[in-house]
Amino acid sequence: MASIDIQNVKKAYGHVQVLHDIDLQIKDGEFVVLVGPSGCGKSTLLRMIAGLEGVTGGEMRIDGKRVNELHPKDRDIAMVFQSYALYPHMNVAGNMSYSLKLRKTAKEKIASAVASAASKLGLDPLLDRRPRALSGGQRQRVAMGRAIVRQPKAFLFDEPLSNLDARLREQMRAEIKKMHGDLKATSIYVTHDQIEAMTLADRIVAMHGGVVQQVGAPLELYDRPANIFVAGFIGSPGMNFLEATYHAGGVTLKDGTVIALPAPLALADGAKVTVGIRPEHVVMGGEGIGMVAGVDLVEPTGFGIILHLSLHGLAFKVFTLDRAALSAGPTVRVAFSPQHLHVFDGQGNRCVPSS
Amino acid sequence: MSMTADVYDRRQDRRPWQKRLADASEPYLYSAPALILIIVVMLVPLVVGISYAFRDIQLLNPFSGGFIGLEHFETLSKDRAFYTALKNTLWWTGASVFLQFAFGLILALLLDKPFMGRGLVQALVFLPWAVPSFLAGLNWAWLFNPVIGPIPHWLFDLGLMSQPGNILSDPQYAMWGPIIANVWWGIPFFAITLLAALQSIPRELYEAASIDGASWFQRFWSITLPFLAPTIAITVLLRTVWISNFADLIVVMTGGGPADRTQIVASYIFTQAFKALDFGYASAIALVLLVLLLAYSMLIILLRQTLLNKG
Amino acid sequence: MKTSLLPTIAHRLALLGYIVFALFPLFWLLKVSVTPNDLLYSEGVRMWPSRTTWEHYSFVLQHSAFPTFFKNSLIVSGSTAIIVTICASLSGYALSRFNFRAKYWIVGLMLLTQMFPLVMLVAPIFKILTPLGLTNSLTGLIVVYTAFNVPFATFLMQSFFDGIPKDLEEAAMIDGATKFTAFREIILPLTLPGIAATLGFVFTAAWSELLFALMLINGNNAATFPVGLLTFVSKFSVDFGQMMAAGVLALIPAALFFLLIQRYLVQGLTAGAVKG
Repeated sequence: MASIDIQNVKKAYGHVQVLHDIDLQIKDGEFVVLVGPSGCGKSTLLRMIAGLEGVTGGEMRIDGKRVNELHPKDRDIAMVFQSYALYPHMNVAGNMSYSLKLRKTAKEKIASAVASAASKLGLDPLLDRRPRALSGGQRQRVAMGRAIVRQPKAFLFDEPLSNLDARLREQMRAEIKKMHGDLKATSIYVTHDQIEAMTLADRIVAMHGGVVQQVGAPLELYDRPANIFVAGFIGSPGMNFLEATYHAGGVTLKDGTVIALPAPLALADGAKVTVGIRPEHVVMGGEGIGMVAGVDLVEPTGFGIILHLSLHGLAFKVFTLDRAALSAGPTVRVAFSPQHLHVFDGQGNRCVPSS
Repeated sequence: MSMTADVYDRRQDRRPWQKRLADASEPYLYSAPALILIIVVMLVPLVVGISYAFRDIQLLNPFSGGFIGLEHFETLSKDRAFYTALKNTLWWTGASVFLQFAFGLILALLLDKPFMGRGLVQALVFLPWAVPSFLAGLNWAWLFNPVIGPIPHWLFDLGLMSQPGNILSDPQYAMWGPIIANVWWGIPFFAITLLAALQSIPRELYEAASIDGASWFQRFWSITLPFLAPTIAITVLLRTVWISNFADLIVVMTGGGPADRTQIVASYIFTQAFKALDFGYASAIALVLLVLLLAYSMLIILLRQTLLNKG
Repeated sequence: MKTSLLPTIAHRLALLGYIVFALFPLFWLLKVSVTPNDLLYSEGVRMWPSRTTWEHYSFVLQHSAFPTFFKNSLIVSGSTAIIVTICASLSGYALSRFNFRAKYWIVGLMLLTQMFPLVMLVAPIFKILTPLGLTNSLTGLIVVYTAFNVPFATFLMQSFFDGIPKDLEEAAMIDGATKFTAFREIILPLTLPGIAATLGFVFTAAWSELLFALMLINGNNAATFPVGLLTFVSKFSVDFGQMMAAGVLALIPAALFFLLIQRYLVQGLTAGAVKG
């Protein structure tokens, strides 16, 4: 197992720069998830770590050794592809043992490595099958098996679950997490699905436009998003944003509602800010500072209810467990508790308390 | 995206120069054998051939070889056989391409919808394509031969011929012999190409059109044809050039006769080089043919551009 | 959808017409080749002779130079097919997997070779090959045919390589393969159908080539099948049974290859038609 150091790494195609000065230190045994919308550069970064894309600038180290110029085969990393990339002309055992054969591992060793990986993933009865005779979930397992068989320095996952249906995805997610618990292998996992990111990661790297937005533990990103992008990306349904003005001790919304803040912020009086509140943190029906909002749509999810409201003419969402919301009238009263309020400055960055 | 296409920041690139050179030359090494063959066996002779057009090159005359400027082209401009060949080429190419395309399109449409035994039928109707062209020529020459073939007798029975004679020796109709052989031989090419294009049309489009109440003809006109148009355009263009150069059938079936009635430019070039051994004159005719074909291709491309710009 | 009977019948009849048109000439070839000489003229246009014979075949195989022609053609077409397929695999791989500066020039050059009349090259090639001792030699024919077929075969192979996901090569490299190992152990096995198709196309093309063979070969020793058959036709133009028996023999290898590549025809010719 290994640590991975990414220092100032850049990537450009011709004059188009797709990654800007990425800095990231991944510790031995850590599970890091790169998350962001498509086109944010997360897959490119992963492929650069794998050696499938060249590094335009900066330095990349695996276990302290510079790998910028190293061929993928010499980096000793394993990768699970979105398409699985199983070799169609080899059976499951052949797919899993190919890397060991290339390394000229002894036959008995290969056999035992394949057998143990297969039993871990429940692939024993399928070893003689060709990939085309497997279901999507089984193919996914073989791709995982191919990776774990060789005990590499690190695992790279490129959206490995996105071709599976919802139920299988959930199941495989849990298995990946369990596998990481067993193997304690350094893992880098790329996804656009924030739930995968939240559930799997030791640390999440949120990316947008080729720039790292925030690095931190999942709950840190959820509780203290560094900027509007992260705030909106993490959490489902997404965070609500409202325009407001800051003044000492609180913020004033457009309709004049004043919300007192627990601590003063490092902001000038009268500064334009954006306040964010997660749908699950909105309180309905009274106490606190109530505001009247029109009800556009009621979506029961079974577990809870999502209300689509309009507040000051803006779309606004509320998530509640209270079934009474199902029979909500044309308007409801909503209130925010100050400790759940996120305040972002004019640049979209999180405002921190002064002092 | 390609691994070797990455732009390396030169200051960052710490690969040794041998490795950098090896990486950059890899695709060239892969293409080298093919390129060398093409350049040595096709491009060099092409240039040499163009130079022959301005020289006196006769194989049996050891004193030939001198530069004679445009003399071949002067001879050519007065060569009646050449003009006949040019006219025959138009006729030969036009009729062959049109008939191959029309019958090929119908065949492709027939094969497009699934039915039992389609694989077998497809193999059978495409079989002529596999027949070597010289054999196709001989085979049809024999079919037209009243001694051995049935066609003259059928035509006689239908009252289309006063007596079972050989169409290939009839100056008025001789050209139909090679054309029919060519159509027989070339239908599969068009059918295969168009079938592939037909099968890439999304089936949902037809279903949507059917639900909207479009008749078979309306669907053909508004879905099939527009989808096929690019394939048709490029296939017809390439095939026209190819057929106008295709002398095998004529050389085998009629040798250009009777009385040059089936001589096309390509077979005339071959006759000049092979029979008269006058390489200089043959090359001059070939150069004229090349220029005409280039002009034709340019014209088609220009026409396409204007049509596209209009649309 | 409802299917009415009438269009179905028309559809089948039309196809039947095509089948008859496609097969009749070949049937006639076969028919005459097994008709005894004494029945050839007396029975006229009968569809099948009242008596059949193999005597034409045995004559052609035993008393003529056809076995030599057959062997020559086999050597020329086989060698051409193998060399072209090797060259085209490499160049097709380069065009499919690399972005390099000269790529568009190479594609342009190959397209150009598909456009100009090959008859143009008859005279210069003859003149160039003569001092090299490559006229009247099978080697000369192989060189010429190889060059003629490489461009089309390259486009064909390129389209087969394009059909193989790049992920597979990348997975192999991560598994520890060099680029060349990945090419050999992952890409090539998956391209086998494409390789078979290319072999078939080129073999058939070389087997059929007539004009350059006529020009570059004289005499029976190095004659290929087309040259031999044409010489035979002009020499023994009354012996129809023997000529057609020879014709049937010439058809066999081509038809065999056709059956082999039949499945890939649509894919192959599309690649050729659109790109070549």
